[in-house]
This record gives sequence, C-alpha cells and structure tokens, in this order.
Amino acid sequence: MRRDVAIVSWASFETPSEPARNEVEMLLPVIQEALGKVGLTQQDIGFTVSGSSDYLQGFPFAFVGALDAVGAWPPIRESHVEMDGAFALYEAVNVLQEDGIDTALVYAFARPSRGEVDRTLALQLDPYCVAPLWPDARGLAALQAQAMKDSGRFHDVPDVPPTYVADGCVAVVLAVGDRAREITDHPVWIRGIDHRIEPPALGVRDLTASPSTQTAAATAGVQDVDAAWLHVPYPHQELVLRDALGLDGQPVDSAAGPVMVGGLERLASAAAGIAGGKARRAVAHATSGPCLQQNLVAVLEGSQ
Amino acid sequence: MTETAAEAPGDVTIVDTPIHLDFSYTPGVASSRFLRSLEKGEIVGQRCPKCQKVYMPPRGACSMCGVATDEELTLSGKGTVCTFCVTRIPSPGLEAPYVSAWIRLDGADITSMFLIQECDPDEVRLGMRVEAVWVDDADREPNLGSIKYFRPTGEPDADYDTYKDYV
Amino acid sequence: MSARVAVVGVGQTKYAAKRQDVSLAGLVREAAKRALDDAGMTWSDIDAVVIGKAPDMFEGVMMPELYLADALGAVGKPMIRVHTAGSVGGSTGVMASHLVSSGTHKRVLVVCFQKQSESNATWALSIRLPFTGGSVTGAGGYFAPVIRAYMRRANAPDHIGIKVAVKDRLNALRNPYAHLKLPDISEEKVRESPMLWDPIRYLETCPSSDGACAVILADEDTAQGTPNPPAWIHGTAVRSEPTMGAGRDVVNPHAGRDCAKDVYAQAGVTDPRRDLDCAEIYVPFSWYEPMWMENLGFADEGTGWKMVDDGSTSFEGDIPINPSGGVLSSNPIGASGMCRFAEAALQVRGMAGEHQVDGARKALGHAYGGGAQFFAMWIVGSEKP
Repeated sequence: MRRDVAIVSWASFETPSEPARNEVEMLLPVIQEALGKVGLTQQDIGFTVSGSSDYLQGFPFAFVGALDAVGAWPPIRESHVEMDGAFALYEAVNVLQEDGIDTALVYAFARPSRGEVDRTLALQLDPYCVAPLWPDARGLAALQAQAMKDSGRFHDVPDVPPTYVADGCVAVVLAVGDRAREITDHPVWIRGIDHRIEPPALGVRDLTASPSTQTAAATAGVQDVDAAWLHVPYPHQELVLRDALGLDGQPVDSAAGPVMVGGLERLASAAAGIAGGKARRAVAHATSGPCLQQNLVAVLEGSQ
Repeated sequence: MTETAAEAPGDVTIVDTPIHLDFSYTPGVASSRFLRSLEKGEIVGQRCPKCQKVYMPPRGACSMCGVATDEELTLSGKGTVCTFCVTRIPSPGLEAPYVSAWIRLDGADITSMFLIQECDPDEVRLGMRVEAVWVDDADREPNLGSIKYFRPTGEPDADYDTYKDYV
Repeated sequence: MSARVAVVGVGQTKYAAKRQDVSLAGLVREAAKRALDDAGMTWSDIDAVVIGKAPDMFEGVMMPELYLADALGAVGKPMIRVHTAGSVGGSTGVMASHLVSSGTHKRVLVVCFQKQSESNATWALSIRLPFTGGSVTGAGGYFAPVIRAYMRRANAPDHIGIKVAVKDRLNALRNPYAHLKLPDISEEKVRESPMLWDPIRYLETCPSSDGACAVILADEDTAQGTPNPPAWIHGTAVRSEPTMGAGRDVVNPHAGRDCAKDVYAQAGVTDPRRDLDCAEIYVPFSWYEPMWMENLGFADEGTGWKMVDDGSTSFEGDIPINPSGGVLSSNPIGASGMCRFAEAALQVRGMAGEHQVDGARKALGHAYGGGAQFFAMWIVGSEKP
C-alpha cells in the first residue's frame, strides 16, 4: 500500500434481539459514537461504505434506508457491499489510496433475529442442486465438525451449538498517515490485509483446513503477532483457523457476532485491544459463506 | 415451456425451487409512534432539531443531518399535490386507472405518496389542494392504510412557486 | 499519484427476456470469457474478481459470489460483491478500478449481471412492508411523477420522450447484444402504445432482461501488451444522497451534479458537450435523457429537451447519447450500469462495430439507482491520462 491506513475509532452494539428499533435507529448512535469519540462529523469523511444483506433484512434494497443514519448531505462518496462489513473495510483501504481521500467510515448492521438465519443462509448454496435441499447453516457446520473428528488430527472437537443469532451494528473510522495521527494519539495501523475464497461445492473442499485463510495470512504478512481476534461462527472452526494462521500459543479472542457484522466487529475489537495495550501487533480475521468458504485476514499494529 | 429446435423432449432447462422465509418486520420506535397516531386518526410529523425541517412520515432520523428527530407535531391532513402520475396498468389491490400523488402536507417539508380519489384521474393537476380521507374509526389500524386516500378540497390551486421546490 | 488503469477487455452476453439456455454460472462465464478473449488472457491471468448485481431476491440466490467463485475462476483469489441498487453496474466498475489504481492488484475481472427470469422481479420490486400503504407499482410508478415535474419545470413539449424512445431503439438495431429489436419503431407507434404510468408509455419503458457484462481492468504494464487497444480511465466518481430528505431535488439531483463535476475535474472536462465525443447514460424511461442532459451539464437547466428535439443526441448528432441503444433497449438491472461503462470503453477503443461513433476518443459512462440517489460515473479515453 502506498499510503498507510489506520483504524482511528470504532463503536459497536450487539443484543440477542433488538425488538423495537429499526436499522437506522440502531445504527445512528453507533455511527455518532464512532465519529464523536474523535471529534469528527460526516462532513469530515471522505468515503463511506457499508456491509449488510437484503436477504437478512427481508426485502430488496434494504441497505438504502440505512443511509438515513449517516446524514448523506451534501452528497457523499459512498458504496456498499452485500457482505460482512469487513469486506467493506477492505474496499475502504483501497479507496483511501487515492490522494485527497483521507478518511473513511465503514459500518455494518443486521437484525438476523427478525428472520430465520439458519434457513436463509441455505440460499448461499448452489441454487440448482444444493439449496433446494435446504441444508441449514448449523447442519453444514456439523458436517465440517464431523470431518474434523474423522480426520483424527484434532483433539476435542467441540459440539456444534445452535447458530448464533444476535442483532447489532459496528462503525469503524479509518484515516491515512498524518491525518490519522492528527485524529488520535493511538492509531492502529493496518499493516496488511487480504482475503481469498474457496470453491462453493463442499465436496471438493478439505473442510478440516482453511487454505484461503493461509493464503490471505501469507499475503497480509501474519508474522510476529502477539494476539488474534477471530471471527468464528461455530466454535470448532477456531481449531481450523488457528492451524491456518499458524498461531502458537498467542491469546485468541473468538466470537461469532451478528451475521454480516461479526467480521467487522473482530477488526474493531482487535483495534481496541491494541489501542488499549493488550497487544502490540495482532491478526484480525473475518469469514463469509458456509464452513469458512471465504476468509479475510488483517494484520494490525499499534503506534510506538 | 415451449420446445425449441435445439431441445430434445425431456431436456430440463428450468427447475422450480420454491423459497419460503418468514420475517418479522418492525417499523422502528419513531415509526411506531407515528403509526399509533394514525390509528387515532392523527397525522404526526417530526422536526429535525438541526435543520428544523418537518418529516412526514417520520422515520426517527433526519436523513439530511443524520440526527435523531424527536419533536412531534400534529399536521392538519390537508396538503398540496406537488406531482403525480396516473397508473393505467392493473396492480394488486388497486383498480386502474388510479392516481398516485406526491403530496406535501401543510406544515411538512417533504412530500409523501398517497392515492387520490373522489375525482376523475384527468382532473388531478399540479398544485391541487387535497385532504386526507380516513377509514372508519372502528377500522383504523397502526398502518398507513388507515388513510384511505386524499380527495380534492375544492380550494383554489396553490401557486407553482409554493410547491415547485418540494420534488 | 495513483496508478493508471485501463479497460483491456469487454464481454457482454446477448440480452434477452429469459436466458434459459444457461444457468447463472453459464451466464456470467459467457460475458467473462468474452472479456478474457478480448484481452488475450486466461482465467489464471486474473488477480481478483469483483462482481456487482442488484437485489439477491431477483434470482433467489443469497450472496452469489459464494456460488460463483469457481465459475469465475476466483478460487484462491480475492472476490468481492458490490450492491448499490440500480447504479451497481457503475459503482462496481469504480470500486474495481480502485483495486488497480491502489496498486493492490494488476488485473481485475469485473462482472455485473442479473438473471431476473430465475425469480420474479415484479414481486421483488413490490414487496411491501406490512405497515406501509400501497400506492405505487413498479419503478415506473416512482419515476413517472418525477418526469411530470420535469416537464412542468422545463415547459417541455409532450413528444420529447417519444423521440428518445425511437432513437434508442434504432440505435439498438446496430448492437448485436441488444434485447429489444424493433425495426418498425416510429414516433406514431410509441405514441399509440399503452400509457402505463402517465406520462410514461409502454414503448418509453425499459425491458426486463437477463444478461451479464464483464470488463477486465489492468495496470499500465499489462495494458501495453494486450492485443486490442485499451480504454484508459481518466476519472471515476460516485455520489449518494438520502432517499427522502427535506431539500432534495429529485428531478435534478445534487448527487448527480456533484458526481459529474468530480469526474469532469479528474478528466479535464470543462464543457462536456464539447469535450466528450459520446456518452452512455442510464435512461430507463425515455424522459430521463433530457433530464440527465441537464443534470450532467450538457445543457442548461430547463433546456435538456432541446438537445433531443434538434437531434443533437442522435447517432448522427454532435453528442450521440446511448449509441448502443441504452437501458431502453436492454436492462439486466444489475448489469445495466456496467453496460454503460463498457460501451463507453468500446467507443474509445474503436471497437463498437456498427454502432461506433466515428473518431470517438473520450466518452462518459453513467449509472444511477435507488430513488435517483446513487450515482456512479467514469470517463474513458483512447489516450493515457
């Protein structure tokens, strides 16, 4: 990367089930907190990008309404990915390489408790041959756990709990170089970031390993890290990820988080951990798709 | 399914895979208050504390300022047609031709979309003054459908300059 | 200064109401393969894949990048999916160009698509939340009132939309990929077609198409060595504004004007009508052409319709608009923006075949979406910026 990018602020909210507020009402205070903590307003932001899923919200173009929480006036430079917010952050890091775009706001939001997550995620599969069987997300995860047990390479493969369902949102503020140092005394630098995807057909993948995580880790430069924040929708997946990331005794903080939000939340938590002195250099990870099909790895490092 | 020259009988080119998902939608806290007011036969807008503009229907945030809107005010239910269209194709639950209008309620700073009835579609025009027609008290629900439609009030049309900036 | 980016390959599928001869994977591969062939590349030459499409409910597949990873040769590579409503075809191109200009990747495959025939787009567009009233059907129901407001503002004569409808369909006859082929189209036929959402008639409306459009974006090194001439990206811009905001101008959106100013500044365009040779802009309903002429600064406010009336925007005019036939002739929603971007690139590469605008060297690609609130644009040129 030509220009150094840092995470300078963050805020998040998570609850088992948000019964009353809609996405905008849930997101507004979180965005305001992330910006407010470092004295910024929407007018100071050069690029805004979000992650969410229409299918989880239950109607098309659902993300459009969330823009109300941002105050997009005068008109803003803005985009959206229909993926976990972690991938929106990846996009932001690239856009921030442009001269003249020095800050970015990345957010993700979801209220999966309003639908049937397990079944909805089945629609991520091959629509002709696999999705019509309606394999629920938990069932697929269990296939992976079983494969891990059968391989004999893992001790104590945990049982597969019900799919984690929670509502929430996360907002992260990024800034470039000197701008980041102006905004905060504790910028958390993104030293490397990459993501890779594996084939969709579970039968052609080795579910006991995560080659996409390995490749992404190598490209992002995961060496010499003293902690890890991992995005783990089901606990057995942590074992696969530890292997793939080459972790060896470092403290690991794992969480599932709300679907579409959990990955960005891991990046925010890693930044918070580093800024708070819990680690000097850490790996943050996000995943998407059934059984860790797609993985994003970032290496974050605090300032001296 | 018709056969083309390229297909032999029995070729599968499309598979029906029904999808059924249940969602529970919530309008949100601010919208809920607004919908409850509709149930009572009132139209309640919200004002943005920053730009002072009044939103109808209110959604809890001023989308221009990105701040929560709290201050509530009751609107009269009369308004001006800022623009409209006449739909002539059949639509579920609506008999064509029908008029959808962007109406700025007196006191609001944005338009909202409603049907116009009790007049010939060809009579509807820009600037026409209209008023809300409600469903009967007993049948009202917390739902925009509690306002059945708007009808002409018979007042003189509003001046173009008074509504041209609201579209 | 960020690195130069070029379009080195373009691939499109035949746009049709229903492409039942291919699966979703087959549809996107058709476009991707054509783009690779154009660029003289194979799948293994690509470093990253970016896909863009509109709502997943249009096909019933959630997050299709997951299902399409192997179909698009993305296994082991980064893959992202952009969704910005109707402008998505454009914003995908813009976001992908950042992946190359940032230096992160050298060759990016960008594919935008929609296979509406696999689900029910009308249903998907009409999903109504239980507590909102039902007072409009379809996109036309939303845009028709906006068009009426423009007609009043500009005191535009009735026949302008009809002229655009005829022009674009005649242009489409010169585009082998176009969906609608209406050789008998005439102003009379358009005027007599059923009025759908007054003032929008049936023949002034875009079709609903299945289709995919792909481009290959590459860095300068790569572009020096490709078999066909590159289209150099001179500027990219995106802008968004709220759907319902007090003070919005839906007829002449602020976001559209700002987006145009940004991309013009990057590309050194001070007078678009003079400095550009043609433009591919997102016109789903015929009246949007004169409206966008004003929004994009080709005409002063209130006079966009004159450019239509006097033939300036026709294929033979001084600023041909939508020589490909535009969205009015082919509309795979998620791809339509990319089609505009790709067609602009074809023009400056001199590869637009029968619908080539003579001597086109600089062209604008434009897309919009949502309640006319999301805009994405790029300017491409035959010379390096």
